[in-house]
Amino acid sequence: MLQQLRELEQSALTELEAVNDAKELELWRVRYLGKKSQLTQALRGLAALPVAERKTAGARANQLKAELEAALGQKELVLRNSQLSVASEAGYFDVSLPGRPYPVGHLHPITQTIYEVCDIFASLGFQVVEGPEVEWDYYNFEALNIPEEHPARDSMSTSWVDFKAEGVRPMLLRTHTTSLTARMIEARKPPIRLVEPGRVYRYEASDATHSPMFHQIDGIAIDTGITMADLKGTLYEFARRFFGENRGVRFRCDYFPFVEPGVEMAIECTVCNGSGCRLCGHSGWIEILGAGMAHPRVLERGGIDPEVYSGFAFGMGIDRMPMLRHGIDDIRLFYNNDLRFLSQF
Amino acid sequence: MKVSLSWLKEYVDITLPPHKLAQRLTLAGNEVKGMQVVGGSWEFVSVGEITAINPHPNADRLRLVTVNLGTEETTVVCGAPNLRCDDKIAFASVGAQLYDGHSGKLSRLEPAKIRGVASRGMVCSEKELGISESHQGIMVLPEDAPLGMPLADYLGDVIFDLDITPNRADCLSVVGIAREVSALTGQGLHLPRADYAESAVPIDQQVSVSVIDPELCSRYSASLITGVKIGPSPAWLQQRLLAYGMRPINNVVDVTNYVMVEYGQPLHAFDYQRIRGGKIIVRRAEAGETLDTLDGTKRSLDDNMLVIADEKGAVAVAGIMGGAASEVSEGTTSILLEAANFNAASIHHTGSALRLPSEARMRFERGIRPELTVVALKRATQLISKLGGGEAAQGLIDVYPGRADHEPIRLSPGKLERVLGVGFSPEQITGALTALGFTCRTDADGDLWAAAPYWRGDIRHDGDLIEEVARIVGYDKIPMTLLSRPIPHQSPEPVFSLKRKLRGILVGYGFSEIVTYSLTSLELLRRLPMEPGSPDAEPLRMANPMTFEQEYLRPNLRANLLTTLAANRRHEDGGIRLFELGKVYLTRPKDLPEEPEVLCGLMSGPRLEHSWHGGDELFGFYDAKGVVEALLAHLGIAADFVESNDPALHNAKQAGIMVSGNKLGVIGELHPKVLTAFEITGPVCLFEINLAQLLNFTVGHRVFQPVARFPVVERDIALVLDEQVSHARVQEIITGFPLVAQVTIFDAYWGKQVPAGKKSLAYRIVFRSLEHTLTDTEVDKVQQKILTKLSRELGATLRS
Repeated sequence: MLQQLRELEQSALTELEAVNDAKELELWRVRYLGKKSQLTQALRGLAALPVAERKTAGARANQLKAELEAALGQKELVLRNSQLSVASEAGYFDVSLPGRPYPVGHLHPITQTIYEVCDIFASLGFQVVEGPEVEWDYYNFEALNIPEEHPARDSMSTSWVDFKAEGVRPMLLRTHTTSLTARMIEARKPPIRLVEPGRVYRYEASDATHSPMFHQIDGIAIDTGITMADLKGTLYEFARRFFGENRGVRFRCDYFPFVEPGVEMAIECTVCNGSGCRLCGHSGWIEILGAGMAHPRVLERGGIDPEVYSGFAFGMGIDRMPMLRHGIDDIRLFYNNDLRFLSQF
Repeated sequence: MKVSLSWLKEYVDITLPPHKLAQRLTLAGNEVKGMQVVGGSWEFVSVGEITAINPHPNADRLRLVTVNLGTEETTVVCGAPNLRCDDKIAFASVGAQLYDGHSGKLSRLEPAKIRGVASRGMVCSEKELGISESHQGIMVLPEDAPLGMPLADYLGDVIFDLDITPNRADCLSVVGIAREVSALTGQGLHLPRADYAESAVPIDQQVSVSVIDPELCSRYSASLITGVKIGPSPAWLQQRLLAYGMRPINNVVDVTNYVMVEYGQPLHAFDYQRIRGGKIIVRRAEAGETLDTLDGTKRSLDDNMLVIADEKGAVAVAGIMGGAASEVSEGTTSILLEAANFNAASIHHTGSALRLPSEARMRFERGIRPELTVVALKRATQLISKLGGGEAAQGLIDVYPGRADHEPIRLSPGKLERVLGVGFSPEQITGALTALGFTCRTDADGDLWAAAPYWRGDIRHDGDLIEEVARIVGYDKIPMTLLSRPIPHQSPEPVFSLKRKLRGILVGYGFSEIVTYSLTSLELLRRLPMEPGSPDAEPLRMANPMTFEQEYLRPNLRANLLTTLAANRRHEDGGIRLFELGKVYLTRPKDLPEEPEVLCGLMSGPRLEHSWHGGDELFGFYDAKGVVEALLAHLGIAADFVESNDPALHNAKQAGIMVSGNKLGVIGELHPKVLTAFEITGPVCLFEINLAQLLNFTVGHRVFQPVARFPVVERDIALVLDEQVSHARVQEIITGFPLVAQVTIFDAYWGKQVPAGKKSLAYRIVFRSLEHTLTDTEVDKVQQKILTKLSRELGATLRS
């Protein structure tokens, strides 16, 4: 019996050596480890042996079975590895073929800019609010120190809504998001820190730099002890983050009826870097926003005591910013929504 | 407002180079938006004098002109019709840069031979020098032009184009700008003296003025000049008006315009002989009154308009335009000169009603001070007497019912520091204000009392003073700090994060966001069928639409999306996925319209990009549904899709999106008729979701569900059903059984393999218990019950 097992071991291992693929390996397994294999037969036949012989032969047979099973496992591993390497070496695989396409979507550049600007102000403690685009004359003008005959109205040609009903005041498309500032001053109590993005409208023919609809973001901060130094610092921080650390920023006196002192913030021209070109009208500067300290009359009208509270307000055009950043030369591109344009952003 | 450097220099010493001056003015609030250098290209051009004119030997129309340039004489060929001996002219030598008289191109002057005669130089026209478009003849210089002087030194100038803010009516004048320059640079101011000889006859014996409506006319001043000879103004005056942008008319009218530009006070000259009775009455127009204005138009006036009248009727619309009958004409010899102050609002209403914009109207509308009338009147009287050779009557008429002196305003240095965030010394503060013409004194408390100069109408409270100090000292002297107060309580509106999330998801799905105009045309809106009475049927109209394309506020996003799709389809044949997230505008009675926000998307064309991987199936109903289902899944919302009858959508391929009995929106394929109306070939699928509705179901945080610990058992069943039985009903029944964790339909089949009128639906059912591992017997039992119920209620049979 032991002799028989020894021979079995030898032939099994020799044959295993010659096995080259999974099919042969399976045949080998059936032959040497299957139900009808010599080894299985031998194990079954153990019972018939005398006790003394049975013990050694049994131990030897079980040992051989374990040995062959281990060898099988080993061989399987070897075969699999060699198969893998054969598969990966098989033929030419063209990695240059394009991948399975995934559609690529695009957020409108105006939305991207609004989010970017709002995020900067959010990090400075300003909360985003939105308001009506169809607005009462009052919030767009009167509450902001712009009565009917005020010359400032001339610079904001207005689209009026054809809506007449008894007791209803004139209704218009807001010419600036500052109308929401007027609403917020009336609706909220200090401390207030808000940014107000949205669509605004002007009664203007469209051309490369004018659109009857465009976007603005206004902002307001009202609290005790807010100064013009805070205005400058806050807006400078915005400019630095949006336009980059090294872009020059300039504050100069300007006039808006709802603030005093009035401020205009400009950045160094993004095309000529300040040396003067067509884009900046040879001034080297590009106006980015208007701002100022909230006018005491405006605060009063909204129910805030200007002797206790002070604050600043600002407003900027959004469309201009991606135009500057990406060199877009026609504002109408934003509203034509040509995918060949939109897919660039 | 255009101001020339040379004119400014008459009133204020200027030491800064022009671009520095422009910068100072800009920083202080008077933005210089353009600067034009006159004579920048005038090298080799100098003042000459014509000493001889001789015929050209070979040409009848040309002359040989000898020009004395001071140190030398030269002879050139010239064809100008206005050559005159002893005239001073601008002479260009070889090398000068000149504009071609015809083409307008700038080129260098070369020696030439003209019809056989050598010519080394040129007598120039205004156009050739770039001064104006005039090329009728050569430019004749004033007699006193210094011979041989480079023309740039003599006539060169810089024109500043200033953007004057609406609060600074006083800066709509050369004197006003000169005052600013003086305050900003510390240079002295020297304004013209307005003295003139007066006749022995006092004006009030010849003219009377009564102001009936002092509300609308706070001051009316007048002078009378007799013996005036009407003629053209001298060249210097004409040039200044032209540089400003006004057309010279005659010496009297030109003086009124000149003094308006100089001081900012509009003036009007009447032909005194045409003022009946010598009486000026300032009153409201009578109902039905008309006036022929000097632009040749008959104007209908109403009683909101202020007129200047004589005994018989209106002779001018106050501050807007004079009447034709009293206009100064060639035969005029006596001038009644008016300098008045009219109410800004009244001028605005009258000017808008008559649609008459003018330089005078603009100044009145911005609110000029009544103190100005006499200053300007004296200056104009002086100039008319001088240029028109007349004699001024003794004294002035000055009716001044609206006198309102500037009261001093208190400014505490502490207040200034609280506003600006930086303190300035009392000397700095007083210095800045005094330089601007304010009268300042300090009281015992250390507070400053400042009275504005008479020409400033915009100083009303201490905030105005603080701004004046800040802009003169310079905004760059104010430090930069960040807000030091605690961040106010934040109560973010949840709709913002929802919108941002939706946009992000859709962009991730391959959609491109579009932003379209809120205003649209009725024609476009009507391409969509709509139910009468729906908000879509009655969009809000603009009272003053710019174009018919921008006439109505959009009541939906669909029309614009479809238009955008059609436009892009012209150049894009692949799959298009678009969405807009924006407001629509719905009329409300007696109130601002409702502005609900809507998310609307379109999908059209091949679902997959055309590629070597294949796939050219078109987008259909189930793509829109898939997007909406996925969107809602992101938000943790499960929706039901129910029958819907949107007239713009395909009769069958549409569904309403319902959550807990609320309609969130709709999905579907566009109706073929709509596609035809928008010139699109389909199919096009649409989804539309009302954001406010959606928001209702997104509030709060989701509650955690435990993950099952025991393995699941999956079973596939294929059912044969009547065609009309919906998947939803099958799913509902299966889901209702215990242990069923999930039901997924993985095949739907109509065709030969099943009997007519039937279909086959195949489902994978996932069974799961949270308590133990399921046995086959348990699952078999439930499955059998499911099949029994499906058979009983829906007539379903198992497909063999």
